[in-house]
Amino acid sequence: MHAVDRAPVMLPGQDLATIDRAVGDAVLQPRERLGPRWWWWGGFTISVALTAAFILAVEYLFIAGVGIWGIDIPVAWGFAIANYVWWIGIASGGTIISALFYLTQSEWRSAVNRIAESMTLVAAAAAGIMPILHLGRPSFFYWLFPIPNTMGLWPQFKSPLLWDFFAILTYVTASILFWFLGLLPDLAMVRDRATTRRSRLIYGILAMGWTGSHRQWRLHKTAYGLLASLMAPLVVSVHSIVGLDFSGGLLPGWHSTQFSPFFVFGAVLSGFATVLLLVVPLRRLYRLEACITQRHVDLLVTFLLLCSLLLAYSYFVDTLLPFYGDDRFERATALHRFTGAWAWSYWGAWGLNVVIPQILWFRPLRRDWLICFVAFGVVVGMWFERIMLVASSLYEDFLPSAWGHFVPTLWDWLTLFGSAGMAATGFFLFLRYLPVVAAFEIKEILPPDRRHG
Amino acid sequence: MSGLAAEFAAEAAFVGAAGRLREVGVRRIEAYTPYPVEALDELLPLPFNFLPVLVFAAGVLGLAGGFLLQWYGAAVSYPLDIGGRPPASWPAFIPIAFEIAVLCAVLAGFVGFFAAARLPKPYQPIAALPNFDRASQDRFLLVVDEADPRFAEADVAAVLREFPCRVVQWQPS
Repeated sequence: MHAVDRAPVMLPGQDLATIDRAVGDAVLQPRERLGPRWWWWGGFTISVALTAAFILAVEYLFIAGVGIWGIDIPVAWGFAIANYVWWIGIASGGTIISALFYLTQSEWRSAVNRIAESMTLVAAAAAGIMPILHLGRPSFFYWLFPIPNTMGLWPQFKSPLLWDFFAILTYVTASILFWFLGLLPDLAMVRDRATTRRSRLIYGILAMGWTGSHRQWRLHKTAYGLLASLMAPLVVSVHSIVGLDFSGGLLPGWHSTQFSPFFVFGAVLSGFATVLLLVVPLRRLYRLEACITQRHVDLLVTFLLLCSLLLAYSYFVDTLLPFYGDDRFERATALHRFTGAWAWSYWGAWGLNVVIPQILWFRPLRRDWLICFVAFGVVVGMWFERIMLVASSLYEDFLPSAWGHFVPTLWDWLTLFGSAGMAATGFFLFLRYLPVVAAFEIKEILPPDRRHG
Repeated sequence: MSGLAAEFAAEAAFVGAAGRLREVGVRRIEAYTPYPVEALDELLPLPFNFLPVLVFAAGVLGLAGGFLLQWYGAAVSYPLDIGGRPPASWPAFIPIAFEIAVLCAVLAGFVGFFAAARLPKPYQPIAALPNFDRASQDRFLLVVDEADPRFAEADVAAVLREFPCRVVQWQPS
């Protein structure tokens, strides 16, 4: 079972000082440490432009209402819901890496968990906005909270849509706190390395007076372990509840008992793909090859392949069951997915999420550009899956007289790409201003004879 | 506290010195390290850590509170008859009760950590120690309180000098 030639988790020759230089100076003296960062400026500019487009699209949506999108009856759930499920799925992968692999004490997690968690934050933020945009009357969003009101009304606690609200509320809050808790010791490291008064002050405030005393470390380890053990089941519950949003409906193609695990598999697949898409170029751009080695890339690819196979099983079951049972509407929807108006998204999901990733089983093919290509394909393919599940069940359901079509408008597309720009803007700011690798965790896994300054 | 501060460049010497101090009976030691040093857990025992209990209690309270909230809202305050289904259909309350339990537990863990670690704190007296800013990077510090009953008798300075380190007198200003 042991792999043939395992690359090490860390290249030799590292010690405490080299790690601080690699991580801390990328924040404090990026020009000296990383050289010209045209990629950062280019990416940031595009992201900000897309964010501006997103703000425009949301502004117009708030003025004119959801009619500016292509949604109507029967396809009342369109891009906003597909985007929501897609984003929250991408976010889940980051939490799996940072929480679940912390509990399994996987050493390789330490070098990539900060990137994964930060990706989770921006993706969860993009996800959280979507249902509010979809509400139609977003100013009544607060009705989802069980707060006393003059009408004596309560939210419908038995609806999966409300479960979803509580799940997202908990998930976003917990993700931010978990991320900040893990960041705290590194903020203190940056504070202590800072040379200018301004950065000393800012990182000093953020580090909150962390000294790294034995007592603080013990409490930190306990708190981090507790939060990790809460986050791991939480993330599974969040995406299971997203699956229940669909299963709770009676529509053919939605009313399925396997949706919760099916959604979790897809979520983790898209999350791992996004982490790969970020980690593979960043380890070169940030000159972190010593901490983020080929081993990390190989492990992430392995998990991507595992999730891809799990998802293939779910796709297979989802396609098979209508023909195993005798519900003619389920069967008709399955056939519509094969050949109907949304067939491109059905076959696209199979191709991009299941078929193409399998080429990564061949080690010689695991080149940076090909891994990025496959990972990007999975990210796109998972969006295909989400829009396929949302639209193909709605547009031709029971009575042919009630069938309709969904054609996305410019505003739909601006919302999709704009939300990607918003998430990317957040991530670029993280890259510029915060340590991209958990330096103290890397120090912890140094070989004993290298733990010196 | 005031006393002696010793600065080590390597974990091995630092752990060795902490062990020796413990052997000669010195107890009032604080250590500052750039990462959690596991060996210290035995050498410098800490009082009972109440965080896990706090987090568990918050989770149980959240679960019970979340469940009661839904039961009261759906079965007592505003029961809706939808197709004759029972208003207090408790299985439907589980997901939200779970989410509220996790939210309460996470908040308790986060707030509890900051309270127990006495953070945030705008000024830490120990930060005035020369070279203290290296303790978050590549140095290990041991600070021995001179109020320790064994301080003079055990000759802390001599013990520390057995190891490669830099010893300075520490007096908070």
